[in-house]
Amino acid sequence: MPDAGFLDWLSMGGYAWFVWPSYALGLVVLAANLYLPLMRHRRLLRRGAAAKEGGQ
Amino acid sequence: MLDAKRYASLPSFYRLCGRLFPWLLPATVVLLAAGLYWGLYLAPTDYKQGEAYRIMFIHVPSAWMSLFVYMVMALAGAVALVWRVKLAELIHIECAPIGASFTALTLLTGMLWGKPMWGAFWVWDARLTSELILLFLYLGVIALYSAIPDRRKAARATSVLAIVGVVNIPVIHYSVLWWNTLHQGPTVTRFDEPAAHISMLAPLLFMAAVFNLYFVTALLARLRSSIAEHCREQQWFRGEAGIRA
Repeated sequence: MPDAGFLDWLSMGGYAWFVWPSYALGLVVLAANLYLPLMRHRRLLRRGAAAKEGGQ
Repeated sequence: MLDAKRYASLPSFYRLCGRLFPWLLPATVVLLAAGLYWGLYLAPTDYKQGEAYRIMFIHVPSAWMSLFVYMVMALAGAVALVWRVKLAELIHIECAPIGASFTALTLLTGMLWGKPMWGAFWVWDARLTSELILLFLYLGVIALYSAIPDRRKAARATSVLAIVGVVNIPVIHYSVLWWNTLHQGPTVTRFDEPAAHISMLAPLLFMAAVFNLYFVTALLARLRSSIAEHCREQQWFRGEAGIRA
């Protein structure tokens, strides 16, 4: 059973439904802005490597 | 000849991004975790707003970044217009999605803060409206860039749009002073001492620094993939890809 202090902290003094979604949105936005360019870069590297093998 | 020289800076910048990114990413993640712990756990409860004020630690840095990224985007656009520097064009356009994200995050977290404090998710207040216009400026830059097939012409057009849009930046900043707004006035950037206590101000400034670091990290990640996209047909990039993929 989680202790009362932790549950108390999670409840954010009754503002849990406003505080936690704010932070969740923040993390999603920050993560997406790193993940998407990294995936795009990886895709381009793979394509570039394939072109090098096949062409020239 | 000159153009070749300008282009030549892209491979070296690409390699620089590749060297810096493995250090910047873990630093950003660790410092962000520390900032979250500070803001969500260590910082004391506000006597007036209760725990809801903790939204500030994500809302305010995000709002500052939405303005700062815009200035970087406009400045890079100006450099691209005047000196036709390819890298400046890329910095200019890659700032737009990051800035739009920060602006959207500012608006959304502001709504989640406004509901319990003001009783409404949204009001047509000067601060909120000018920040919404900022989002439209970012989206306008993104849409205009993708609407013009020639990338150099597109970057020139979006640079002009971004530079004209700079007038909105002081409007956002001073909106809480010029108009009678529901949004609270400045608490940190005041000429006298800040209105927030140091125990709340310190984690706020720490989060602001982390968001700046995050911006550098995200911009480098975007620039690296954008240079890769630009140079995907070029010999040097294929060589690079052959080693790394």
